[in-house]
Amino acid sequence: MLALTGVHAHYGPIEALRGVDLEVAHGEIVAMIGANGAGKSTLLMTICGAPVPSAGRILFDGADIAGLPTFEIVRRGIAQVPEGRRIFPRMTVLENLQMGAAAGDATPSALAAGLERAFALFPVLAERRTQRGGTLSGGEQQMLSIARALMARPRLLLLDEPSLGLAPMVVKQIFQVIGEINRAGTTVLLVEQNAYHALRLAHRGYVMAQGRVVMSGSGAALLADPDVRAAYLEGGAKPPPGA
Amino acid sequence: MPSAVDRLAVRGAGQLAGRLRDAAAAAFVTLVLALPLVGLRTVDQGGALVLETRWDWVAIGVAAVFVGRLALGLFAHLRLRVPRVVPRVAQGVAMPWLAWAVAGFAVALPFLPFADRYVIDLGTTLLIYVMLGWGLNVVVGLAGLLDLGYVAFYAVGAYAYALLALNFSLSFWICLPLAGLLAALFGIALGFPVLRLRGDYLAIVTLGFGEMVRIILINWQSLTNGPNGLPSIPRPSFFGLPFERAPAEGTTSFHQFFGLDFAPEHRLIFLYLLILALALLTNVFVLRLRRLPLGRAWEALREDEIACRALGINPTNVKLSAFAIGAMLGGFAGAFFATRQGFISPESFTFIESATIVAIVVLGGMGSQIGVVLAAAFLVLLPEIGREFAQFRMLVFGLAMILIMIWRPQGLLGHREPTVRLGRAAAPRP
Repeated sequence: MLALTGVHAHYGPIEALRGVDLEVAHGEIVAMIGANGAGKSTLLMTICGAPVPSAGRILFDGADIAGLPTFEIVRRGIAQVPEGRRIFPRMTVLENLQMGAAAGDATPSALAAGLERAFALFPVLAERRTQRGGTLSGGEQQMLSIARALMARPRLLLLDEPSLGLAPMVVKQIFQVIGEINRAGTTVLLVEQNAYHALRLAHRGYVMAQGRVVMSGSGAALLADPDVRAAYLEGGAKPPPGA
Repeated sequence: MPSAVDRLAVRGAGQLAGRLRDAAAAAFVTLVLALPLVGLRTVDQGGALVLETRWDWVAIGVAAVFVGRLALGLFAHLRLRVPRVVPRVAQGVAMPWLAWAVAGFAVALPFLPFADRYVIDLGTTLLIYVMLGWGLNVVVGLAGLLDLGYVAFYAVGAYAYALLALNFSLSFWICLPLAGLLAALFGIALGFPVLRLRGDYLAIVTLGFGEMVRIILINWQSLTNGPNGLPSIPRPSFFGLPFERAPAEGTTSFHQFFGLDFAPEHRLIFLYLLILALALLTNVFVLRLRRLPLGRAWEALREDEIACRALGINPTNVKLSAFAIGAMLGGFAGAFFATRQGFISPESFTFIESATIVAIVVLGGMGSQIGVVLAAAFLVLLPEIGREFAQFRMLVFGLAMILIMIWRPQGLLGHREPTVRLGRAAAPRP
């Protein structure tokens, strides 16, 4: 469904991605783990067209989307839950969700169906629907951000650090819901620092370091790998592979 | 409760030293500023310039600042103890009631016994600013794009009306949409180069744009008649009936048609009701837009542009539409201004106008429609009331602005009404 080959990306003179190859098949959950500054978030941003990749191809459903403006890419069926949630703080939960529908079918019936799906996934949002986004708790904001991204019925959902800054209970709940979303037919590409949860949930995983993919395999295999365990699961005593 | 009062007194005494230091610092700043500004004065004495000193004035000023600052500090200290929940709740409830009351009063105003020429004229000026405020509210309040050159669109609307009416003798009702359209095109012209700019940088460029338009108006002599302005702009007629004591051959004037005695107030009242209608239409238009996906996209863009991109919103279109619609509303107001004044010159479109309109939007509470009305009333009426104070007028005005910024930093009505309410849109509608 999504295939990256040799993707490079720059922030000015700094090369953040140095030839990334990656594949996400239809119906999968793929987790991307790695240390701070490895280029995980940049990878998701590059898929969405900001920054535009300086080299390489990004195929989505067989069409090259590298170089397209962000809103075009999103309208093709990719939704991103950005890092730090980025909900609209002064708008209500309902309004936030309605904004999410902008890239998809915006007819009233589609909107109502989307809201119903969102409230089924996250019942707490139904209770909070008239509250302003900024007044929600961190976990609720993350739920709102995910629900908002789903409003446009994307085929591929990109999640950037959904567990960031959340209580362990909430993290568990969020990952559960990501599994549900996937089972309902949405392909998921997940970037996480919380390697344990991410790899347990994912079908396959990639490890990034310094702008490159340094390891890949099934979620279970990566979880069992001694290098991965040492670098990302047991306090980071050893330097990341490839460093 | 003597114990609570005692505790307050003890804590107050503990902070008194800090307050005194703070007041002394303020007094020192005043001293430094006042020494040259107030203390020294040049007097013309028999052809020679003599330096005169006024140290007593400096002393009075410094003492006044010291006492005032101390009082303000202690006052703020006491005021913080009062819970401030009540006005917030009352605000949300009172708003629709307040809006209807203000609208009703505005419609009835010209027919009230105290409404003389002065009152109606002032009301018309006020409504022009209300309309400009609502127009700019789209750009600044909703889309969050700080535009310091809004007066440019006001000017474009005014000159468009004046030139079309003078050169092609088109009627007001034909010129009005054309003026709005032209202003909207200027809005897009401004919008394109500034798409990537935000915040301070956007403000600087729009500021420059406003000045550019004014300078072009001054220098393009052949079209705009330069600094001399355009005189004898046609006045609007009452659907073809002119407001004149002695109409031209073959035409009937308003007072003849309705069998009234001629009164110059007729035209004033008509102009007042015209701008009132335009302003109310603007209000309804903007309120409707806010509920549409476009209006929500403006607000979302103000909140978080990156999130908007991630949701598949094309920020280019959203920004340009905000610029265009804001500019169009400014153009309408400009066309009305031209027909009301009968004379326009570049002098009417200086930066201070832009600043006033921005102040109206900010003071009203960004994005609040009724807030704009209150702020416009405040900014237009206060200088009028201040006339009593003669040369201290601007001082009173400035003082009032400072007080508002202290008491209501979020604007007079800084409360955003949600565009969707419980129950609506959540359930499928037939």
